[in-house]
Amino acid sequence: MSAPQGSTNTNTEPWGSFDDNIIQGSGSAVIDMENMDDTSGSSFEDMGEMHQRMKEEEEVTEEAAATEEDNGEYGDFLGMKGLKGQLGRQVADEVWQAGKRQASKAFNLYANIDILRPYFDVEPNQVRHRLVESLIPVRMINFPQKVAGELYGPMMLVFTMVAILLHGMKTSGTVIREGTLMGTAIGTCFGYWLGVSSFIYFLAYLCNAQITMLQMLSLLGYGLFGHCVVLFITYNVHFHSLFYILWLVIGGLSTLRMVAVLISRTVGQTPRLILCGTLAALHMLFLLYLHFAYHKMVEGILDTLEGPNIPPIQRVARDVPVVANVVVNATIKSIAAIVQSQ
Amino acid sequence: MAEVEESNKPLFAGLSDISISEDIPVEGDISVPVGSQNTDNDFSTLDEPVKDTILRDLRAVGQKFVHVMYPKKSSALLRDWDLWGPLLLCVTLALMLQGGSADSEEDGRPQFAEVFVIIWFGSVIITLNSKLLGGTISFFQSLCVLGYCILPLTVAMIVCRIVLLGGASIVSFAVRLIVVTASFSWSTFASTAFLADSQPANRKALVVYPVFLFYFVIGWMILTFSPSQ
Repeated sequence: MSAPQGSTNTNTEPWGSFDDNIIQGSGSAVIDMENMDDTSGSSFEDMGEMHQRMKEEEEVTEEAAATEEDNGEYGDFLGMKGLKGQLGRQVADEVWQAGKRQASKAFNLYANIDILRPYFDVEPNQVRHRLVESLIPVRMINFPQKVAGELYGPMMLVFTMVAILLHGMKTSGTVIREGTLMGTAIGTCFGYWLGVSSFIYFLAYLCNAQITMLQMLSLLGYGLFGHCVVLFITYNVHFHSLFYILWLVIGGLSTLRMVAVLISRTVGQTPRLILCGTLAALHMLFLLYLHFAYHKMVEGILDTLEGPNIPPIQRVARDVPVVANVVVNATIKSIAAIVQSQ
Repeated sequence: MAEVEESNKPLFAGLSDISISEDIPVEGDISVPVGSQNTDNDFSTLDEPVKDTILRDLRAVGQKFVHVMYPKKSSALLRDWDLWGPLLLCVTLALMLQGGSADSEEDGRPQFAEVFVIIWFGSVIITLNSKLLGGTISFFQSLCVLGYCILPLTVAMIVCRIVLLGGASIVSFAVRLIVVTASFSWSTFASTAFLADSQPANRKALVVYPVFLFYFVIGWMILTFSPSQ
């Protein structure tokens, strides 16, 4: 190995930068691609040569031009050995690595549930406290009331309402033809929670109310606690008057609480009126709808059971609710009779 | 070696000059570490008869069933989780619960797909909830536990079916109610024995409630099942 001739010291870095003499030296570590014997088709010069060779072959054999051209064109692109060549392999490898990097970046960004983690940071006693609080309207509406921004309570309440609705739909023998019971229940509850929250948030944006989407979701979610209680009671005890009383009292309280919180965060009479009127109307009407949509059937049974001729099991899907309802209704009627006679 | 000109050269310039003299022995042994036995083990399960594979998997599933029925504090369910058991239980339950067509008198019974979706999406949601609350077990371990703990409810379904063969009356309703309530509380207890350990102490109630709701819905579907006439 001879010493490099005519070397100039071009060291500008303290670590001894890349020296020209290393690159220019013969017998250095750099592989000279031109002298490669490997016919893997990896260098551009080799590819050029092969392309030339194949063109000549095509000119010679003209009778089998169709098939050879097809193969030749494919082979021409990546060299004689095509995808088996080193260049093809490297390209494929780099594409795979880049794709994998992109995919894992996107996955870490969007599928990261840690984004939601702060909203689930609650204690059981906090949840209990907020549930009770949701039925107590606040008095002070002159300064903004604090709204907890958590999603655990609302989500659990929505699922509880789904379960209660399912129970109500089954006892009333609701027939869902274009869908399933579960799908309808989930769709109704989640649709109400998310849809009405978004709508009220949009109105709040228009009316300049100081409330964020998370707070609105949380507020409406906890407002569903009153609905759950009312529905749970009235799906099992079928008295219209009882339902109306509970609707006004419990539904009213939970609506008042939400309305008071919103009023405390809005300025001006008209915006307050618009926002709170809409929310009150939607909330109360939803409870009314939930009760009556899945209730008509059982109403009919009660009326027919009053008469002497009880028709055979009709319009009721199963025996369980009839027995349970009859027992409960009979008990309450007897209690009412006793109370009235005193 | 070029000793004379070394001091005049800049750093790294002499790298290309190094040649190995003959009196330094450069010899050794290149041997591949013995991995052939490991690869034999990895591939040996491909050569065994299918009966062995199936029996081994069934035995693992059966062992986990035993762990669910007697929930001790063991980590077998968590350590080697598998989803065969839950799938088996889910399909059995859904087949037994499915209803007739929508035009028949006995309407409103859950269809096969409904039960399937309830079980799997319910499990996913409970798992996400427990992870968001700071749980330490992984996604699939949690799915495995929740799926296996449906076993008591499946047993209750079979019992209810048998009881209903004797006709539908108040007595049968009372028996079914007791059986379903017992099995649903057993399921909840069994799954919390596995799941709640992975939570911080004061948040156990927050994780248990959705599990309770989940098994309650399945229990309700079993209780309100009545066969077509």
